[in-house]
Amino acid sequence: MGIRFILMVNKQGQTRLAQYYEWLTLEERRALEGDIVRKCLARNEQQCSFVEHSNYKIVYRRYASLFFLVGVDNDENELAILEFIHLLVETMDRHFGNVCELDIMFHLEKAHFMLEEMVMNGCIVETSKSNILSPIQLMEKTS
Amino acid sequence: MNPFSSGTRLRDMIRAIRACKTAAEERAVVRKECAAIRAAINENDQDYRHRNLAKLMFIHMLGYPTHFGQMECLKLIASPGFPEKRIGYLGLMLLLDERQEVLMLVTNSVKQDLNHTNQYIVGLALCALGNICSAEMARDLAPEVERLLQFRDPNIRKKAALCSIRIIKKVPDLAENFINPVAALLKEKHHGVLITGVQLCTDLCKVSPEALEYFRKKCTDGLVRTLRDLVNSPYAPEYDIAGITDPFLHIRLLKLLRVLGRGDADASDSMNDILAQVATKTESNKNAGNAILYECVETIMSIEDNGGLRVLAINILGRFLSNRDNNIRYVALNMLMRAITVDAQAVQRHRATILECVKDSDASIRKRALELVYLLVNESNVKPLTKELVDYLEVSDQDFKGDLTAKVCSIIEKFSPEKSWYIDQMLKVLTEAGNFVKDEVWHALVVVISNASDLHGYTVRALFRALQTTAEQESLVRVAVWCIGEYGDLLVSNAGMLNVEDPITVTESDAVDIVESAIKRHASDLTTKSMALIALLKLSSRFPSCSGRIKDIVVQHKGSLVLELQQRSLEFNSIIEKHQNIRSALVERMPVLDEATFGGRRASSLPNTVSTSSGTAVKLPNGVAKPSAAPLVDLLDLSDDVPAPSSSGGDFLQDLLGVNLPPATQSEGTNQTPKAGTDVLLDLLSIGSTPAQDNNLSTPDILSSGQDNKPIIASLDLLAAPSLTHTTSSTASNMMDLLDGLGPAPPKPAENGPAYPSIVAFESSSLRLTFNFSKQPGNPQTTMISGSFTNLSSNLFTDFVFQAAVPKFLQLHLDPASGNSLPASGNGTITQSLKVTNSQHGKKPLVMRLRIAYKVDGKDVLEEGQINNFPRDL
Repeated sequence: MGIRFILMVNKQGQTRLAQYYEWLTLEERRALEGDIVRKCLARNEQQCSFVEHSNYKIVYRRYASLFFLVGVDNDENELAILEFIHLLVETMDRHFGNVCELDIMFHLEKAHFMLEEMVMNGCIVETSKSNILSPIQLMEKTS
Repeated sequence: MNPFSSGTRLRDMIRAIRACKTAAEERAVVRKECAAIRAAINENDQDYRHRNLAKLMFIHMLGYPTHFGQMECLKLIASPGFPEKRIGYLGLMLLLDERQEVLMLVTNSVKQDLNHTNQYIVGLALCALGNICSAEMARDLAPEVERLLQFRDPNIRKKAALCSIRIIKKVPDLAENFINPVAALLKEKHHGVLITGVQLCTDLCKVSPEALEYFRKKCTDGLVRTLRDLVNSPYAPEYDIAGITDPFLHIRLLKLLRVLGRGDADASDSMNDILAQVATKTESNKNAGNAILYECVETIMSIEDNGGLRVLAINILGRFLSNRDNNIRYVALNMLMRAITVDAQAVQRHRATILECVKDSDASIRKRALELVYLLVNESNVKPLTKELVDYLEVSDQDFKGDLTAKVCSIIEKFSPEKSWYIDQMLKVLTEAGNFVKDEVWHALVVVISNASDLHGYTVRALFRALQTTAEQESLVRVAVWCIGEYGDLLVSNAGMLNVEDPITVTESDAVDIVESAIKRHASDLTTKSMALIALLKLSSRFPSCSGRIKDIVVQHKGSLVLELQQRSLEFNSIIEKHQNIRSALVERMPVLDEATFGGRRASSLPNTVSTSSGTAVKLPNGVAKPSAAPLVDLLDLSDDVPAPSSSGGDFLQDLLGVNLPPATQSEGTNQTPKAGTDVLLDLLSIGSTPAQDNNLSTPDILSSGQDNKPIIASLDLLAAPSLTHTTSSTASNMMDLLDGLGPAPPKPAENGPAYPSIVAFESSSLRLTFNFSKQPGNPQTTMISGSFTNLSSNLFTDFVFQAAVPKFLQLHLDPASGNSLPASGNGTITQSLKVTNSQHGKKPLVMRLRIAYKVDGKDVLEEGQINNFPRDL
């Protein structure tokens, strides 16, 4: 249904964030992640950002050392998903200030909160950065 | 204490894991942490619960099992503080899924939270529900969610909307409740609510046709207006991306319009203006703009026809195709596939560009382009297109070759204008990528070759030349070896030269050389070697001078460890040495295989590949054929099952002249099997009848000599329904008496084998059931059984019902019976066909329990039994 999973994986293949919107067992997840990451790592800059894998498509983009992979259904608009990835990165950037891989790693739960505000059950919910970040900022203020 | 400073503990753990150099170290660290967490859980530690859960989530992400933490999530959710709840819900969503029973325990907590005063907590609950609720939870909590759709806070409304999507997916019956609230949502101003409302609307329409109708009537105009406002809206910093206000909302609206407009002319009309506006006004130098254009084109393609819009759409696609950005090109190719159904002409115009894309360096683009090209091929452009594709085949990479070969072969087969072109192209493909060519394809090639009688000489010479240059491709070797065997004399005598050919001189020994090299190649597999052996046999008859040399080659495999080769070698050797008189009759030209019936058979796509030619491959009489007919069945049928059991191989003299009984019974039995080829059956029957006459007349001729290319094919093909061969065999059954290899005789033993006698499956004082068996060649696991019921009593049986049950390793399929009343005293029979597939074929025999119910004089009678006397090797 729309988005199936969102992964952030670094160049060595280590998963930094994984959010699945459909159920897969642990072994399936590992296998899937390994498979896809290998495919994406093997591609160079000139090639397009879409990879087909079994019955869905992967849209990916590389930001510095981190790959953002989004698995979507076959009938989803790929260019829109590319935009979404960029929006996600910009949101995190605004919150953390010059976000980098370590930020995501050490504040994993915050990254999850942000993602949750943006995507629910595989559909994009909110695309306004301020709307996304306001509950999170509120939470930080109270704590 | 700030619960979100997951403290140094989480950080330390992450640092420790990062510092691990090997996977074993990492596992050790994780194990220690898990142990600590488990201990903390056991102690019911309040303070560090959230921290432990955060650690658990990290560990889960790495891929380790964390189910022991699930109850912790529940406890956290139940605690009153917001931070704890937050982490609890997050853990819930990450660590659990809807199938876990633990989820049910959460339902109550979620319900309370949905009614909480703190709206953030309500939001949390909605979020969790929307992500993983199961059907029962959905049913329980649906009324709450409905209420929240009208909450005062837009954030809650949007979350409630998305939650509703999941609910209606899980429980489609509840869809009606949501229709009215959604209509209100669609009028919202807040983008978040609007996006989710639109999404909910789209899903409602997918789930419920009434909803679709409702929205189509009431809301289409409103949506068009919203889109127009959005397009014309001034700069809104909040939602602006690359100069366009909220492209995501654009796209969602376009999607919904697509769903509403599809199949409905009025709705489509109302959308035309706005679609035209979006298509023309959107800037396409940024990705966001292109995304919107893409969606717009998709929508235009899906709604009802409007000429102007369609032209606009295809122009946009053309622009995309020539864009330098690979992403855009990929998207364009995708769309063009959809556009072909709408307007094939326009897409043809871009053929050249698409062909270029097939050769692109990017794998995804290549794949899409290839599929598109495949859809574009028609009779007029097939030749240049195929030439391009075949040329590219030479330089493509390995992983792409498989796809490319399959598509090229399929194109060649469907659209070939004349046989010589077909054969040429297939030769090229085989030379380049024979190893990727599927078996059906080169079988089809053989069929075509045998049909093109004027091209035999040309074909065999071309194959000879090809084989001389490259012998790497297995399929090429096989086809070449077969042709050289069949048409070796044409090769040597240079008969039937076409004027485009260069003359080549091939001597008999050259031909034998090349077949010998095919055998000797250590890369040749079993099928190739077997085919080569039989080709040698044919050559020994056609070139008597080389007979001695051929015999030496054949004899070398006498001691082969592979049963197939050993068998062939011994038998052929004996034919060459002792049975010179019948040798020429044995290896006459094969009769032409009928393409039409063969094509029909392929269309019904049976599991066993071509065994059409197999049975008639070499015209050996029954007796000798039985042991070797089985390997011959495998000649072109590449199933590697054990050849049909050759029962009375030794008793070949008797069978040589005798009529095979089983076929007679099979013919009646399998006549009932209504196979996919029934219409093909009809065709054959209509031509089968006259050839029967011809067969009878020409029988004496066959023995003496003669190439017989008469299209008595009908009787020869082992087609989809064994019934075909059988019906024609029954008309030509007298042929089997003589040494007539044309006859269906070889197919019969190969196919069913006298190894399957019919059995009396069940017999009581008033009823007898007889089973006749047959198997399709190449499919030993499936047996067709034809059962015939005979009434032994003197009463009429009515309402006759037969039921059967089989153990788990068998699959049973019952066809309808021929009738349900059984006349008394054996005056008539009821026949019923069954099909049994034995997944433990060879290891376990068939068993079956029966239950037969019928009425005698209005009284119900039930008979039950078990059949244990199935022949062993079914």
